[in-house]
Amino acid sequence: MFRFIVKRLFQLVLVLFAVSLIVFLFTSVMGNPVYLMVKENAPAADIQAVTAALGLDKPLPVQYGIFIKNALQGNFGKSYMNHLPALGLIVERFPATLEIVVVALLLSACIGIPCGVISGAYPKSRFSQVIMAFSIAGISMPSFWIGMVLIYYFSLHLGVLPVSGRGAVGTILGIKTSLATLDGWQHIILPSVTLALGTLATIIRLTRSGMQENMKQDYVRFAKSKGVPRRTVLFGHALKNTLIPVVTIFGMQMGTLIAFTTITETIFAWPGMGKLLIDSINSLDRPIIAAYILFVAVMFVFINFIVDILYVFIDPRIDLQ
Amino acid sequence: MTNTARSGRWRAFLDSEFFHNYRRSPSAVIGSILVLFVLLVAIFGPLWTVQNPYNIASLELRDAYKPPAWIEDGEARFLLGTDQQGRDMLSAIVYGSRVSLIIGVAGTLLASAIGIVLGLVAGFFGGRTDAIIMRIADIQLSFPTMLIALFLMSVLGRGVTNILISLTLVGWVRFARTVRGETLSVKKREYVEAARVIGLPNIRILFKHVLPNVFASIIVLATIQVGNFILTEATLSFLGLGVPITRPSLGMLCNNGFTVLYSGLWWVSILPGLYIMIIVFGINLLGDFLRDELNPKLK
Amino acid sequence: MNDTLLEVKNLRTYFHTFKGTVKAVDDVSFSVGRGEILAIVGESGGGKSVTGFSVIRLIEEPGVIESGEILFEGRDVMKLSEREVDRLRGKEISMIFQDPMTSLNPVYTIGRQIEESLLLHTKLNREERRAACIDLLRSVGISNPESRLKAYPHQFSGGMRQRVVIAIALAADPKLIIADEPTTALDVTIQAQILRLMADLVRAKNRSMILVTHDLAVVSEMADRINVMYCGKIVETGSARKVIDESAHPYTKGLIDSIPDLERDRKRLNTIKGIVPNMFELPEGCNFAPRCARATELCFGVEPEQREIGAGHFVACHFPLSGPAHEEEARS
Repeated sequence: MFRFIVKRLFQLVLVLFAVSLIVFLFTSVMGNPVYLMVKENAPAADIQAVTAALGLDKPLPVQYGIFIKNALQGNFGKSYMNHLPALGLIVERFPATLEIVVVALLLSACIGIPCGVISGAYPKSRFSQVIMAFSIAGISMPSFWIGMVLIYYFSLHLGVLPVSGRGAVGTILGIKTSLATLDGWQHIILPSVTLALGTLATIIRLTRSGMQENMKQDYVRFAKSKGVPRRTVLFGHALKNTLIPVVTIFGMQMGTLIAFTTITETIFAWPGMGKLLIDSINSLDRPIIAAYILFVAVMFVFINFIVDILYVFIDPRIDLQ
Repeated sequence: MTNTARSGRWRAFLDSEFFHNYRRSPSAVIGSILVLFVLLVAIFGPLWTVQNPYNIASLELRDAYKPPAWIEDGEARFLLGTDQQGRDMLSAIVYGSRVSLIIGVAGTLLASAIGIVLGLVAGFFGGRTDAIIMRIADIQLSFPTMLIALFLMSVLGRGVTNILISLTLVGWVRFARTVRGETLSVKKREYVEAARVIGLPNIRILFKHVLPNVFASIIVLATIQVGNFILTEATLSFLGLGVPITRPSLGMLCNNGFTVLYSGLWWVSILPGLYIMIIVFGINLLGDFLRDELNPKLK
Repeated sequence: MNDTLLEVKNLRTYFHTFKGTVKAVDDVSFSVGRGEILAIVGESGGGKSVTGFSVIRLIEEPGVIESGEILFEGRDVMKLSEREVDRLRGKEISMIFQDPMTSLNPVYTIGRQIEESLLLHTKLNREERRAACIDLLRSVGISNPESRLKAYPHQFSGGMRQRVVIAIALAADPKLIIADEPTTALDVTIQAQILRLMADLVRAKNRSMILVTHDLAVVSEMADRINVMYCGKIVETGSARKVIDESAHPYTKGLIDSIPDLERDRKRLNTIKGIVPNMFELPEGCNFAPRCARATELCFGVEPEQREIGAGHFVACHFPLSGPAHEEEARS
């Protein structure tokens, strides 16, 4: 077990290095930040000074070395736009993003899993057909479109929910979050529903197909021959086998959710790091882009790691030699 | 002689279980109708539209901001309303759908080509090659595709070629993994060993034996991937990181429409988005049916 | 007290597929007495497994039990509600499946899977159940049963898993056990062991067993009576000795002759000519006629009924190999 963890940690570090390299290489060819600071027709001496100040006159490998050294200390440089530390900006906006991601995850799990299970257990029922139609529609909708439709209907047309922005922030258990206020909840509903839709549909489909496949297995038939009533066969035998892979899908879905916050935050003007990224891309603010990618990469790698460990615990078939 | 042969095969298809299930599945039929409709609109639409929305000369500012025809103030000429520059939304959607579809299909073709080749190589030759290719694939899969595409486009800049590059780089993985898996299982079968024993060159074995088995999975995957790519491109374009302004896709139209959404001009953004959904919905219905039919595990 | 435990009358189980209807079990009747081991033999696809599953109504789409009576201790299983059948399964009649690698649920311990039967059908409390599980494991030859209760199926070999399956099947003390090719998926070296175990356990409590198999060699040791099935019909039935030593149906004879015998088969092994017919297009008349060396026009035209040719020995053939009709033929 211990060796397994160490091995995974090692792979983790390798992946992060690879990502850092790619991020560095790519951002170094994105525009020329010098011209964000000085005008294009400024005197050569000024251009030279800015170039040196930004460290862009050194050879690439050296730049990378400096980049890594700084990164390990949490220093990603300062934003070209407002000269504040890049990582700091991201960390500051992280809680807002986390809010909608968590709410979206809870929504899709609490609605998605039961719907998927029942739909898979009784595949020919009317309920199941409705769920199926809905879930195919769900994965066919662009998430930005859902956001727009929801805004138009609930905020503009009906006027019951706010159009954009994050609600007032309060504290729960010492943590500052907008989920502590009613205003906060009013603001978070539309964005998190928008975010949740794709994941919801995916989880429903996965759980449903998992149930169906497991119901066809031999052990289900054997259980029936023991006289186990149908209901128990469904929810006792097939269900546990179905849920095991679903748990691991959650890890991947978290990653997708974080990626899609870029869109959701843009539409709803939600002050999270997703919106920060899009803004930075449009203004070629390299330090922030690099900081974001690595921050998020560390998160993903970590999530995958946790999921792998979790899998070993849940599935009794996995024997670690 | 050829006629009977052809009608014989057609007859066989019509009698087959596949076609029988197809006819009885409402989702398959609806999906095909939608896809057919979308294709017809994309190919023949421009012949019927009121204007070519990208010919600036044909636009008149006084036509701007007109709502869809069934709403007060709308005009029959502009069935789905106009945008802030007087572009007819119906025409824009028709032209936009062409871009979206071309990118979706082309992207899938490229991604599948590369993915299939890599998958075959990895599965068939095994060993180091396999390990390397699969390791890269696994790492790439641990990151959400949207984020990778976002990052690539931010580096490469807008443009159709760049989108295709990004989609290919993001999309090859699923094809490679599927093909590799099937290749591995086919490789173990005796007739492949027999072929090797009698000295058949590897390429021929790959093509004659492995590929036909993998074919069904590829078809299913490709169908669904077209839909995924259309959505990915739409999202990228919506964020301003996709197609250039000169050749707008449906996603780009939504981007344009979003700026006026808050003023109540919903048709400029919601209608193109709805059409995206219709396209992808049709593709997914069809893809789901194909997957259920061609997947022996569930039979 | 009636000696007949199970009586099947005119059972028909058909499978309705896209390509047509397969009459997997076509008008089959037989009975099983108390303490009796009945073997159903035949080739793959002959309908024997489906017969076994039909007895406890474990037939799923696209299969349907079309008609017939299945009288277990006088009650017609076909007329019972779903709930009543569930009570019957496991408690009165239980099954042993063919593939031990897939019969057990991989995510539950084997202790729990055995206990499930006890929970459903007995009123034992927790300690009693645990003790019963240990006893059962011991009785099927698993050593260290106490420590094995918490093990998972994948930690056992095929043979061991099948023993667990047998333990589960016997847990609630059923009167009839239906074993569907119980040793086919096991190593040849273990097959004999498992069969002997099953025979011992069955005889010990005077239970009955229906043993479905394609392996006649296996059957000759264990069975009291044998039903030979071909293409959904019983072509011969009788005591084991009679059916094996005095086979009346050419198919039975063919099966017996194809068992390799060192003494006899010096040159080539015997086979039954031809192949099993397409179940969607069964021939008119006798199903076996196309493969039978002795077939005549009558055989191709008229389907033979079952006739008694000896004590308790029936055969469905116009020209059986033994019995009065045969002797008559021999004389003429």
